[in-house]
Amino acid sequence: MIELNNVSKWYGQSQVLDACSTRVAKGEVIVVCGPSGSGKSTLIKCVNGLEVFQQGEITVNGISVGAAQTDLPKLRAQVGMVFQHFELFPHMSITENLTIGQIRVLGRSKEAALAKALGLLDRVGLKEHASKHPGQLSGGQQQRVAIARALCMDPVCMLFDEPTSALDPEMITEVLDVMVELAKEGMTMMCVTHEMGFARKVANRVIFMDQGRIVEDAPKDEFFGTPRSERAQQFLSKILSH
Amino acid sequence: MLSDFDFSVIADSLPFLWSGLQFTLKLTLTAMLGGIFLGTLLALARLSSVAPLATAATWYINIMRSIPLVMVILWFFLVIPLLTGAPMGAENSALVTFTLFEAAFYAEIMRAGIQSVTRGQVAAGYAIGFSYSQNMRFVILPQAFRNMLPVLLTQTIVLFQDTSLVYAIGAKDLLKASEIAGKNYNRPVEMVVFVALVYFVICFALSYTVKRLSRRR
Amino acid sequence: MNYHWNWGIFLEPVKGGDETYLDWLLTGFGWTLAVSLSAWLMALMLGILVGTLRTTPSKPLAALAAAWVELFRNIPLLVQMFLWFFVVPELLPRELSLWVKQDMPAKEFITATLCLGLFTSSRVAEQVRAGIEALPSGQRMAGLALGFTLPQTYRHVLLPCALRMVVPPLTSEFMNVFKNSSVAFAIGVLELTFQARQMQEDSEQGIETFFAVTLLYFICAFTANRVMALIERRTRVPGQMAGQMAGHQTT
Repeated sequence: MIELNNVSKWYGQSQVLDACSTRVAKGEVIVVCGPSGSGKSTLIKCVNGLEVFQQGEITVNGISVGAAQTDLPKLRAQVGMVFQHFELFPHMSITENLTIGQIRVLGRSKEAALAKALGLLDRVGLKEHASKHPGQLSGGQQQRVAIARALCMDPVCMLFDEPTSALDPEMITEVLDVMVELAKEGMTMMCVTHEMGFARKVANRVIFMDQGRIVEDAPKDEFFGTPRSERAQQFLSKILSH
Repeated sequence: MLSDFDFSVIADSLPFLWSGLQFTLKLTLTAMLGGIFLGTLLALARLSSVAPLATAATWYINIMRSIPLVMVILWFFLVIPLLTGAPMGAENSALVTFTLFEAAFYAEIMRAGIQSVTRGQVAAGYAIGFSYSQNMRFVILPQAFRNMLPVLLTQTIVLFQDTSLVYAIGAKDLLKASEIAGKNYNRPVEMVVFVALVYFVICFALSYTVKRLSRRR
Repeated sequence: MNYHWNWGIFLEPVKGGDETYLDWLLTGFGWTLAVSLSAWLMALMLGILVGTLRTTPSKPLAALAAAWVELFRNIPLLVQMFLWFFVVPELLPRELSLWVKQDMPAKEFITATLCLGLFTSSRVAEQVRAGIEALPSGQRMAGLALGFTLPQTYRHVLLPCALRMVVPPLTSEFMNVFKNSSVAFAIGVLELTFQARQMQEDSEQGIETFFAVTLLYFICAFTANRVMALIERRTRVPGQMAGQMAGHQTT
């Protein structure tokens, strides 16, 4: 479904991604972790072309992301993305947030878009908030709306960029619950997150990044059992110690 | 068409234009220095806890800021001789007008500057035993001034451009000089182009400097 | 102070005519409104366009927009008036140039509006650019991630938020338009300042004249301020502080 081949990226002189390669098969759930500044967020944004990369190749569903002839908006419409800071559109109501993409990008009718939006809102447990604006919801609710917005587009896979790290602790669970459910339904997911409980529960593989490189790329049990690199061991002991 | 332009008249009238520019610069500098001084006093008055003082300063600032500058220039040119009983030249009238007018604008900048100094700094000043005026002089105003330096300079560029409006009372600044020279040589078009260029070069250079100055800090 | 007051002057006929001075001032008021409002409309449209272009990834477009702003910002408005009035007609092809100079209807009004509109557009553009740049970068990414093209992202995501944010700074620009329109007297537009000078000379009642004209300018500024406040209230988004579209809410 998603394939990365020797992807490298520079900001001017400094290299932020160094020959990253991995693949995510259909229905797989991959968790990407690593210390801050390790390039994990940049990597996931390369997958739908929000960040450009200078070397290597990324294909999503067989389409090359970096190729000049690729219709990026069309590709992005098939890839759902959830951001650290939710990024709901503050000037639109919740329903408008959920329908605008369907109407303007997929060309669905207003009625069909609304039906789809209300269905997904119901699924994330927020149907009664449909006519509110993002600023009137809590962080956890906003993030669930953001997931529903991505799902409205019927994506072939989902990208999560630290979806819980801007949330207060008591709201993290409500978001993770939605993500776990999605994973169990067989959605292809690539998640940058430090929630190791989530990784243990549903991940197929865990990728550990450091200084722009993929240091480990191992099945979940292997990663948590015997991480090979010293950095990964240190990292794990740090985030699991509390 | 452009090919019909005769730019040699500019070289001939440079000394005359320079005398006009000198007045423009004199007016800018006077209004800047006087305006910042009076503006700081106005800002202090506006922030003062003496209610009548604060109200008077607020009214003065708001009135000046909502009248077109051309009208203010005309007002002063009309009213000052009536008050003093003696006619006043357009140039002197302009110097007074711009100082008093710009004071209202500098006042608002200084007020923002004074308010940008943290409470902690103000408290620390009083804590070492400074009086109100000592605290203003040694602690608050220096910081306010430094914080607002780019804005003060930007306002001065606006002021420099605004001085061209003394045209309304016939004071001989750069623009008026160019108009006179244009009439003398019967070449008004070249003169307007040249004067526009002079203003542009000076303002662009100044605003570029301000931008670099505020980036460095 | 030795001044002969005459507040009844407004109802007296002008010298050598059957209009009253009040008629002069009302004509001036009309032209001031006409110049200011048409220039403001023009400045809004051009300013939003230019300010938006400055934030696009296209280097040539952004540079062009930057040059636009610098050009209209660094020359005094009065000098720009003279440029449009005396110089620009000379740059046109000969027949057009002749027509503009001799036959163009409402030449002063059109020139002044064009000049004031372009001048103000550069100031509006700067506010719009600042508004767009103040939005969190994630908003642009969220728009793109949803499959919007860049123009769609601007239209549906960035501009609606940025424009709401710039209503307060645009309020003072709107008030400035009325003040700046006074400069048009210099090229012979019969607006308020022009009429003020004419009435002062004709009637020799300068204080009464200037008082009335100043009052009319006040009314313009005050109305502009109220209109923008209304717009700000009408466009406010529930759950969002006024002028605060940029903040993340992480409650």
